[in-house]
Amino acid sequence: MPPKSERTILLDARAMSRALQRMAVEVAELAHGTADLVLIGIQRRGVELAERIAKMIEKDEGVAVPRGALDITLYRDDLETVGPKPVIGETRLPVDLTGKHAVIVDDVLYTGRTVRAALDELADFGRPKRISLCVLVDRGGRELPIQADVVGKVVKTGPGDRVEVQVEELDGSDQVDLVR
Amino acid sequence: MTVNLGKDLTGLEHLTPEQIRLILDTAEPFKEVSERPIKKVPALRGKTIVNLFFEASTRTRISFEFAEKRLSADTVNVAATGSSVSKGETLVDTAKNLEAMRIDMVVIRHPSSGAAGFLGQRIRSNVINAGDGKHEHPTQALLDLLTIRDKHGKIAGLKVCLVGDVLHSRVARSNIWGLTKLGAQVAVCGPYTLMPRGIEELGVQFFPRIEEAIEWADVLNILRLQLERMEKGFIPSLREYYRVWGVTPERLERSPRAITIMHPGPMNRGVEIDSRVADGPHSVILDQVTNGVAVRMAVLYLLAGGRPELADAAKRGGGAE
Amino acid sequence: MTRPLLLQGGRVIDPSRGIDQVTDLLVVDGKIAGVGAGLAAPEGAEVRSVVGKIVAPGLVDVHVHMREPGNEDEETVASGARAAVAGGFTAVCAMPNTDHVTDNQAAVGFIVRQSVRAGLARVYPIGAVSVGQRGEKLAEFGEMVGAGAVAVSDDGRPVASSHLMRTALEYARTFGIPVADHCEDPTLAAGGVMHEGLVASRLGLKGIPAAAEEIMVGRDCLLAGLTGGHVHLCHMSTRGSVELIRRAKEQGIRVTAEVTPHHLTLTDHACEGYDTHAKMNPPLREAADVAALRAAVKEGVIDCIASDHAPHAYDEKEAAFDDAPFGIVGLETAFAVAHTELVLGGVLTLPELMARMSTQPAKIFHLPGGTLAVGAPADVVVLDAAAPWTVDPATFRSKSRNTPFAGRALTGRALLTLVAGKTVHDVVAPPPKVP
Repeated sequence: MPPKSERTILLDARAMSRALQRMAVEVAELAHGTADLVLIGIQRRGVELAERIAKMIEKDEGVAVPRGALDITLYRDDLETVGPKPVIGETRLPVDLTGKHAVIVDDVLYTGRTVRAALDELADFGRPKRISLCVLVDRGGRELPIQADVVGKVVKTGPGDRVEVQVEELDGSDQVDLVR
Repeated sequence: MTVNLGKDLTGLEHLTPEQIRLILDTAEPFKEVSERPIKKVPALRGKTIVNLFFEASTRTRISFEFAEKRLSADTVNVAATGSSVSKGETLVDTAKNLEAMRIDMVVIRHPSSGAAGFLGQRIRSNVINAGDGKHEHPTQALLDLLTIRDKHGKIAGLKVCLVGDVLHSRVARSNIWGLTKLGAQVAVCGPYTLMPRGIEELGVQFFPRIEEAIEWADVLNILRLQLERMEKGFIPSLREYYRVWGVTPERLERSPRAITIMHPGPMNRGVEIDSRVADGPHSVILDQVTNGVAVRMAVLYLLAGGRPELADAAKRGGGAE
Repeated sequence: MTRPLLLQGGRVIDPSRGIDQVTDLLVVDGKIAGVGAGLAAPEGAEVRSVVGKIVAPGLVDVHVHMREPGNEDEETVASGARAAVAGGFTAVCAMPNTDHVTDNQAAVGFIVRQSVRAGLARVYPIGAVSVGQRGEKLAEFGEMVGAGAVAVSDDGRPVASSHLMRTALEYARTFGIPVADHCEDPTLAAGGVMHEGLVASRLGLKGIPAAAEEIMVGRDCLLAGLTGGHVHLCHMSTRGSVELIRRAKEQGIRVTAEVTPHHLTLTDHACEGYDTHAKMNPPLREAADVAALRAAVKEGVIDCIASDHAPHAYDEKEAAFDDAPFGIVGLETAFAVAHTELVLGGVLTLPELMARMSTQPAKIFHLPGGTLAVGAPADVVVLDAAAPWTVDPATFRSKSRNTPFAGRALTGRALLTLVAGKTVHDVVAPPPKVP
């Protein structure tokens, strides 16, 4: 009989909202305003989070913030070994990235391979002035030398653990769970 | 629920509707790749793909080549001539050679029906049928389906008529399979001499006259009429074919609806299709070409590599790392 | 504009509506205006008594050879049309083995125009199956039909290639026309000049076996079944062919067939004395064949009677039997021969004969005609079924005289022929000669 899994709530809806508010402020600060800021959410839930952060920044700064979506499936380094092939989501970039400060937004940072794939893909779209990383949860366990510039919550996890993020737009409610 | 395509794509006859939809859905994001400034993704990096064409073809081969290169694969073009004396033998030899060179995927076009399946059974590489005899041309039908879906938002319930030499057309056969599996109503139109026996048993209607087809259809897929059909006595002349079955603006005007015009190319302007129709507002012929690259990228992507025992790792679809 | 015409008191036979009674027929403005007893004559009408005579739809001959273009000395569309109306025919179908062959829309249009110019019997062109009738490449059926062709045929020759016959039957389906085949296996029949039998053996002439026709009849029936097309078998001559046709019809195959008056009357004995007026293709056969053909006509296995009118210049037939061309004229004797042999011979009733010489041929080839329905074009023939006469080729309207019936006593002839209400043949008051 497999050991029973234990589920803890890392962030409930209110906590998540507070974290995102703070992250929005930090991103605006990091980018020194909105002049050349572009938010790029990684499919899937990164896209929703990028949308929310962008709206929050817009409310504060009173200026529109371009945001896009990036699907990194075709840049994964494990395409060889996964099968059947994963579904590819939509990639759409609102502006030419050259000279911009691109902030990648994702829900969970773990091994860093997703971000590596995102960096490779962005390179095929142009040459941003600067790329930063903004994540809701940093769960440690890096396999590549990658770090987030803006983090919602840091949590220590083991290899068998799972961090599950739910967003209202896709899952019906906002919540982050740790499943051991 | 995961949908698998198997090792080879030899035709649409034995695919399920889900498998066909998977290919079409997968083709959508690949359309976007072809719009980027750098039209390349590393998905098939390091894969070797051979384009083995036993029949002359420019457009299909180029389309596959673009698809392969845009996926960062290494491609090799082999234009082999099939000797009429020992075609079967040549194919077996070829298969063994390819296997010995550890080729990952083979895209094959061959004048004998069944050649793609024949090859697929003998080598471990993925085999993609780019047209085998009169049997099937699955990627053409897939890009036709994608083009129809883009234009009309759906395939089920649409009335699609294939016009022309259905008897000798692998494009027609693949289209009939694909369209019927996705719920379209299918008809064929042309001279009796160019219609295959038993077509009605596939659930396909027949119109002897183009006027009747035009009155019925939402979409016309106009097939190329080859000169040799006249030489082999199936029709008296290309001129009479145009006069009786040519799709002209005058004939289209009589339709109660705007009919989408498709053609797999290359076109015989003034034979099966009038130039004004080919270049007209309802023609999606160029979209078909664009979609061709995306569909072929999707097929290559879906077939390449993958060890199913690690399938679980992909369950959450990105973002979990 | 012709005057209205009232034909009074004739025996009106209209097989298309099952009418056979003594009554009146009124023609106004080129159309049948009324069929019934005691019809009133409109103002200015010509009234003719046809008591004791037959009033029927004009005869329709679906197998006629006009020799125009190319051999106008033998016959032209105009002279052939004149011969036709003299024989009681208001419509004929002209075979395409002219010189040049009628295998394209321009040639078809020419025949139509010549017919209109002549203004006598309606001459409907039959287009060739293959370009030049060479049996290699399909002719443009669509174009020919568009110009007025009502069928396709390579008559004169068989369609030797089964692939060509198959594609012709399939291709013709698009246009709703029959493919009329001259059934003759070319290698079996090659060099033959009469029926292969005892008479030929005694005369020392090479024969054409019955099998040469039956092989192609069988093949054509099978191909019609395979393709769903309509095959019309020309000039049937053997009892074996009759059997094959019967079986094919039982299976629902779309096959129709015609027979000539001479194949219903004469046998290979007519060739005795090397009379080239008995030389035609298919040849005259044996008494058993004649009997089977007569029964088939009665039964309906053979659908209609057609003359295969084949004019030849007199000097051409003046040759050794081997060297003379095949064929005899027939338009001006067809009704009389058929009537004398079949009706007076007790094989058919008169209405049955009219059906097989008018209504049925029109139906098979989808031609207007063969009917006296009100509103139909007034293509009418008045026949004297009792009139005795002797065939004298010198009085033929055809340019040619090649007939085996010279001097024969026959009963029945056409007295009056109307095409679209216009009098084109009148024994009593002949209309002015058209140049």
